[in-house]
Amino acid sequence: MSTLVEVKSVTKVYKRDTLEIPVLQNISLDVPEGEFLALMGPSGSGKTTLLNLISGIDQPTSGSILVAGTDIAKLNESALAKWRSRNIGFVFQFYNLLPVLTAYENVELPLLLTNLSKKEKKERVEAVLSVVGLADRMDHSPRQLSGGQQQRVAIARAVVTDPTLLIGDEPTGDLDRKSAEEILTLLGRLNSEFKKTIIMVTHDPHAAGSAHKIQHLDKGELTSQ
Amino acid sequence: MKIPLSYNIRNLWARRLTTSLTVSGIALVVFVFAAVLMLAQGIQDTMVATGSNDNVIILRKGTSGEMMSAVSRDQIGIISSFAEVAQMNDGKPFASSDVVTIINLRKKKTNDMGNIIVRGVTPSSFALRPQVKITEGRWFQQGSAEIVIGNKIHDQFENVDIGQQIRIGTKLWTVVGVYDAGKTGFASELWADADNIMLEFNRSTTFSSYTFKLKDVQDYEVIKTKLETEQRLQDLDVKREQDFYLEQSKGMATFIKALGLVITIIFSFGAMIGAMITMYAAVANRTVEIGTLRALGFQRNSILTAFLLEALALSMIGGILGLILASFMQFVSFSTTNFGTFSELAFGFSLSIRIVISTLFFSLMMGVIGGFLPAVRASRMNIINALRAS
Repeated sequence: MSTLVEVKSVTKVYKRDTLEIPVLQNISLDVPEGEFLALMGPSGSGKTTLLNLISGIDQPTSGSILVAGTDIAKLNESALAKWRSRNIGFVFQFYNLLPVLTAYENVELPLLLTNLSKKEKKERVEAVLSVVGLADRMDHSPRQLSGGQQQRVAIARAVVTDPTLLIGDEPTGDLDRKSAEEILTLLGRLNSEFKKTIIMVTHDPHAAGSAHKIQHLDKGELTSQ
Repeated sequence: MKIPLSYNIRNLWARRLTTSLTVSGIALVVFVFAAVLMLAQGIQDTMVATGSNDNVIILRKGTSGEMMSAVSRDQIGIISSFAEVAQMNDGKPFASSDVVTIINLRKKKTNDMGNIIVRGVTPSSFALRPQVKITEGRWFQQGSAEIVIGNKIHDQFENVDIGQQIRIGTKLWTVVGVYDAGKTGFASELWADADNIMLEFNRSTTFSSYTFKLKDVQDYEVIKTKLETEQRLQDLDVKREQDFYLEQSKGMATFIKALGLVITIIFSFGAMIGAMITMYAAVANRTVEIGTLRALGFQRNSILTAFLLEALALSMIGGILGLILASFMQFVSFSTTNFGTFSELAFGFSLSIRIVISTLFFSLMMGVIGGFLPAVRASRMNIINALRAS
């Protein structure tokens, strides 16, 4: 399997006034295509920061991050936004659905950034909602759905553009055990059946157990594999 | 790369109370703005409708209105002989020699005195001004102390019913009829026989103005040149009747516009601050949504546009509502002193396409100004900080 994500000697330092807070120190990590990777670690270990850097919503202080051959650390903000829309699917802990839009419209959102025709968009949205088992709920607003269902809509939104990489930030963190299990099964299916590369941050060892590989972070450094 | 407009509209609906309060504030300001413009337009429309485009009016040079003007019988004789003056079937000039004076009458509602124009007219005046029609009683008889009342004066002033008497000069004049002059300034006048009025005011040789119909509308410049070159007419000035009445309304219309716009601009600051507070609250409440949209790949300018459109939708709804409220003012009419003639003029609020466009533009500007800073704030949010707000 070829390497999809190459994190090379990445350092991230946050500045607060004159104070410098190092969050990641000289991190190097390779994620092969088709991988399902779990990042674990205590709070403040830097796992979400690493996820943000890989997904292109933050920039490293030094080092480089190559995703499918593109050095995203060199992209400007506008180019990075464009890149994210084509390459990254996000699954957040609190689903982050837009409450005034229906499930269908939430899933359709990333497609508004593509040149697909209305018909193609419709086909895609209906297809992914079927995959996550919510074809019959597409006209429901998020508040009419359970937490697990909302997260499934969020996963549908994440995969609707067929992104290179799926990013999950505590995707089961706000769910009960049963719903969490369903989400992990769905992510596993997306990885095995649809060959999606997934990087997921989690506190939950059980959730991490669904991944092929677990990376631990502590105090901004990778500690074990 | 646009965020769907339905997202903004539904968010406005989701915050119905805040939205309706902001919309109400904008609507009230827009109402005042539109009403002021409609009032100024109403005066102009009334005065412009008083004149006709193919009529010209002769006045003494340098006078701003008929009250101070003097045109002699001899001069009228010369002008009426010009070939460009239209003739009636009987061969007489299609013209009216008017003498204008002012009297005081008491208003019904406020008991205040108002200046009313008394227009002494010649028989051909009725043909020249076909919009003036008798609706009650009859026209005055030439040579008698009889007077007819414009409908607006009849509606708003005391002791002007048929059979009642009005003192003009030294004599009492009997009201014998009420005429309707549509939405023109003539509706705010009293009409009587010109010779009789001249006799009463000791001005047997001079009229206030001479108005005539042109044979051809294009002849205006010819008449103008003739007046400028004829030695005996050097002290006279010629104007198209419509332009003359428009000038008479300018002072009043400008005053209303200036005063009204100053008040509106002050009010609009309140409405804009209201819109700004609403939009800042919207941005604060939707920080995570903004972060999510940015993470999904929507550019900063998409976020800016979305929030600006939301503010514009807010102001547009307010604008339309204010305009609908203001349109009801068309049913209201009142009278006040026109600065141009120092006499009472009854007029209403008049809504035109131009006012609709100006008003909607004004309300949109309130939306742009009120919504701009919050929209900029939304677009400049750091994605990570915005996502952390959850």
